[in-house]
Amino acid sequence: MAERELLLGDEAVALGAIHAGISGAYGYPGTPSTELFEYVQGKAQEEGIHAVWSANEKVAYEEALGMSFAGRRSVISMKHVGLNVAADAFVNSGVTGVNGGLVLCVADDPGMHSSQNEQDSRFYAKFALVPCLEPADQQEAYDMTRKAYALSESLKLPVVMRLVTRLAHSRADVATREREPQKPLDPPTDFFNFTLLPTNARVMYQRLADQQPRLQELSEASEWNTLTDGPDHSRGIIVNGIAVNYLGEVYGGKVPHPVLKIGQYPVPVGKIRALLEKVDEVVVIEEGYPLIEEMIRGVSGVAGKTIRGKLDGTVPRCGEMTPSIVAKAMGLPAAESVKASMDHVPGRPPKLCPGCAHADVFAIVHEALSPWPGLKMFSDIGCYTLGFYAPHNAIHSCVDMGASISMAAGAAHAGFHPAVAAIGDSTFGHSGMTGLMTAIRDNAPMTLIILDNGTVAMTGTQKTMCTGEDLVNIVKGLGIDPDHLKVIEPHRARMAEQVKILRDEFEYRGTSVIIARRPCVQLKRKGG
Amino acid sequence: MKFDIILAGVGGQGILTIAYLLDHAAIRKGLRFKQAEVHGMAQRGGAVYSHMRISDQPILSDLIPEGHADMILSVEPLEVQRYMNYLRPGGVVISNDEPVKNIPDYPQDPGVIDALLALPRAILVDAAGIATAAKMSKAQNMVMAGAATPFLPFDIQEYQPIIQGLFGAKGDHVVQANMSVLEAGWKVGAFTKALLDKGVSSAVAGRLVMRLDPLTLQPAMAGDLAGVLEGPNARAFLAGTGDRVACDAAMLESLSA
Ligand SMILES: Cc1ncc(C[n+]2csc(CCOP(=O)(O)OP(=O)(O)O)c2C)c(N)n1
Ligand code: SF4
Repeated sequence: MAERELLLGDEAVALGAIHAGISGAYGYPGTPSTELFEYVQGKAQEEGIHAVWSANEKVAYEEALGMSFAGRRSVISMKHVGLNVAADAFVNSGVTGVNGGLVLCVADDPGMHSSQNEQDSRFYAKFALVPCLEPADQQEAYDMTRKAYALSESLKLPVVMRLVTRLAHSRADVATREREPQKPLDPPTDFFNFTLLPTNARVMYQRLADQQPRLQELSEASEWNTLTDGPDHSRGIIVNGIAVNYLGEVYGGKVPHPVLKIGQYPVPVGKIRALLEKVDEVVVIEEGYPLIEEMIRGVSGVAGKTIRGKLDGTVPRCGEMTPSIVAKAMGLPAAESVKASMDHVPGRPPKLCPGCAHADVFAIVHEALSPWPGLKMFSDIGCYTLGFYAPHNAIHSCVDMGASISMAAGAAHAGFHPAVAAIGDSTFGHSGMTGLMTAIRDNAPMTLIILDNGTVAMTGTQKTMCTGEDLVNIVKGLGIDPDHLKVIEPHRARMAEQVKILRDEFEYRGTSVIIARRPCVQLKRKGG
Repeated sequence: MKFDIILAGVGGQGILTIAYLLDHAAIRKGLRFKQAEVHGMAQRGGAVYSHMRISDQPILSDLIPEGHADMILSVEPLEVQRYMNYLRPGGVVISNDEPVKNIPDYPQDPGVIDALLALPRAILVDAAGIATAAKMSKAQNMVMAGAATPFLPFDIQEYQPIIQGLFGAKGDHVVQANMSVLEAGWKVGAFTKALLDKGVSSAVAGRLVMRLDPLTLQPAMAGDLAGVLEGPNARAFLAGTGDRVACDAAMLESLSA
C-alpha cells in the first residue's frame, strides 16, 4: 500500500504515529510543533484516537504515560521549551520505563523563529538516558516514528523524536506503508516499576543504567547512523539530522569526504572512532548545540586529530544551520547572487491584528500607569508579547510561561510598586494559577491583568481552557479578595472609566486581578 | 530539470496558497518538491517567505542555498529586496506592484518600483488591478502564481483540479474566477518574459506592460514590439500616462510609425 502523501515534517511524524496504532495524542501548542498534534486531531474521530489539547506539556506527558501504563501507544508533541515544563515527568519516566510504546516528539527552534531560546532537546534525551531519533527528512520522519514504537516497547523506555523548525515546517512527499492496529488495554500486574519510592527507584535506575550498553549497541547498528567513505581523506565530516541534506546540497550530491551521519542517539562512539581512524581532521556540522563535538573533544581533544565545528568558530555557535554556512565551513566558494537594488530594506516585524483587544488594554494600562512615568508591565508569552514594540511599549519582560505573575510578585517583595503583570488566558491555565495562588496567599502587592481573548491565539487559535466565567471562578477559587477582582471589556472608547478601575487596583497594596475579556478577532473570523 | 523559487510577501497575502498550488501541481506531474514555510510569529502582518524547490530528481536541502534561486516571486514589491542574496545571476524577479505600507519607514514612492525595474530581469504585475477587474480583489496571490507559470513546467489548465479542490465548495463561479485571474497573470508573465528574452530591459518592458490592457497582452507580439521600443513614438508612449490601450496590431503600428 505504498501511497504518497504531501506532508509537513510534523505531519509525517503524526501519520507515522497513527499508522503505528496510537490510541492517544497529547500536547500543548507551540511553534514549530503545533501541526503534529493538529494532524492527529483532524483524524482522531475516524481513527478512534483520544486527541485533546492538555493544559500544559507536563500534563500532556503524564497523560501519555498513563496511556502507556495501560498498555497502549501514544504520541506527545511540544516545542523545545515545553520539555522544560514536562521535564519532571519525562526524566522520571526514563526510570519507571514504559509499558505501551511512548514517543515524545519535541520540536527545537534553532534560529529562534518563534521562541525564547534555541535549547537542544538531544541533551534532555541524554540526561534521561533514553534513545533519541533525529530524522533528516520527511520520509525518515514517517519511517522513524513507526519504528520508534517498536524500539520503545522492546526497551521499555520512552523514545524522543527530535525535530527542528526546517523539517517540522517543510513539506515534501512521503511514501506510507500498511498500518498497524491499536493495542489492546494491557495494564501491568506488577506495580513496582511505576512507583518510584526510593526502594523501587534505586532498582529501576540501576536497570536504566544497565541498559545503556544496549542502547549504545543499537546506535552502532542503527540504519540511521551511517558512515560512508569518500575518496578524499584530508578530512571527515560528522553531521546530524537535516544538516546532512545541506552537506549533500553544497557538494551537488557527491561529498568527496568520509561522512558520518547521525540520526540515532546515544552518539555511536564506535562509528566516530572508525571515522577518526580514517582522517586527521573532522568537521562537525551540528544543527543545534555542539553536543557531538563537545563529546569528541572531551577535555583535552583527540591526540593527533583536529576537531573543528562550533567550538572553534568553523561553524557559528548560534543560529540555524544553512547550506551557506555548511559551504563556508567546508571552504567552498560563496555562490554569486544578483545584487539588491536598494541600499536599505526596512524590517517588517509582525504586529497585532487590526482590532486586537490587546492593543486597547495596552493603551488603557499606559494611561493608568501615567502617574508612575516609565513603568511597564511584567508580561508573558502570547500575542500580547508584541506589546514590547512601538507604538505600545507596554511591557518590560517575557521569560517563560507564567513568569509574569511570579516575577511581579518577587519585584513587589523587593518594593517595586506598582507591580503589574499581564498574562493570556491560555498561559494562565498553563502555568499561571500556581503563581497567582502563591501571590494571593502572601497578599503580594501586585495587580494581575488576565487577557481573556477566549483562545490560544499566538499558535493559531486553539481551544483554551480558562475563559469566560470559568476563568472568573478559577480566580475566585484561588482565593482572591472579591473586592479586588474586576472584569472589564477593554475598549479605548471607555478609557476614562477603565483607567480608573485599573489605577485603583494599582494603588491597592495587596493582590488584585483584572480580567480584560474581549475575543480575539481571528477567533471571530474563523467563526469559533 | 530543477526550479527553485523564493516566495515572498506579507502575512495575510496568501503566499502559502501559492505554495499549495505549485506543490500539488508538481506532485500531480510526478515531480519531486520540497517547500519550507514559516508559521507563527511571522504571520501577523510581518514579512513571510517560503522556499520552494521543484525538480525531476530527488531534492536534498529544504532550504535553497544562497545564489541558487531561479526566481523570487513576491506578492509585495519591497519584500523582493529582502531575499536578493538567494537569486542566482540570470534569475528572474516577479513581483506585484502594489505596496503594503504597514511600517512607518516604508520607502517613498516611486523608490521601490524603480528599484525593481533596475534589476536585470524583473517582471512587474498589476495584480491588484487584474484581481479587482475580475471582482476577486483578494486573489492577487493567484494573479502572481499565474504570472510565474510561464517559467514553470506547468500549464494553467493543470491547476484546474487543484483550484477545484481549494475552492470547489464555494461554487463553480469561484473556481472559474480563480482560473481566469491565473490566466490573466499568465499573460503578463509570458508577455514580459518574451520581451526580456528579446533583450528588452526590465524598465522598458515594465513601462510597456503598465501602459497596456493586461487582458489583451499577446506574448507572440513581443518580438515585433522589441524592435520598435527605441523609436520616438514608442518612447513617448512609454513615458505617457492615461488609459491603458489594447495590445494589438494597431498599437504596434502606432508605436512603429
Ligand atoms: C512552555 C511553552 N509552551 C508553549 C509555548 C508556545 N506558546 C507561546 S504563546 C502560547 C499561547 C498563548 O496563548 P494566550 O496566553 O492565551 O495568549 P494569546 O496568544 O491568545 O494572546 C503558546 C502556546 C511556549 N512559548 N512555551
Ligand atoms: S490573533 Fe488575536 S490575539 Fe493575536 S494579534 Fe490577532 S487579534 Fe490579537
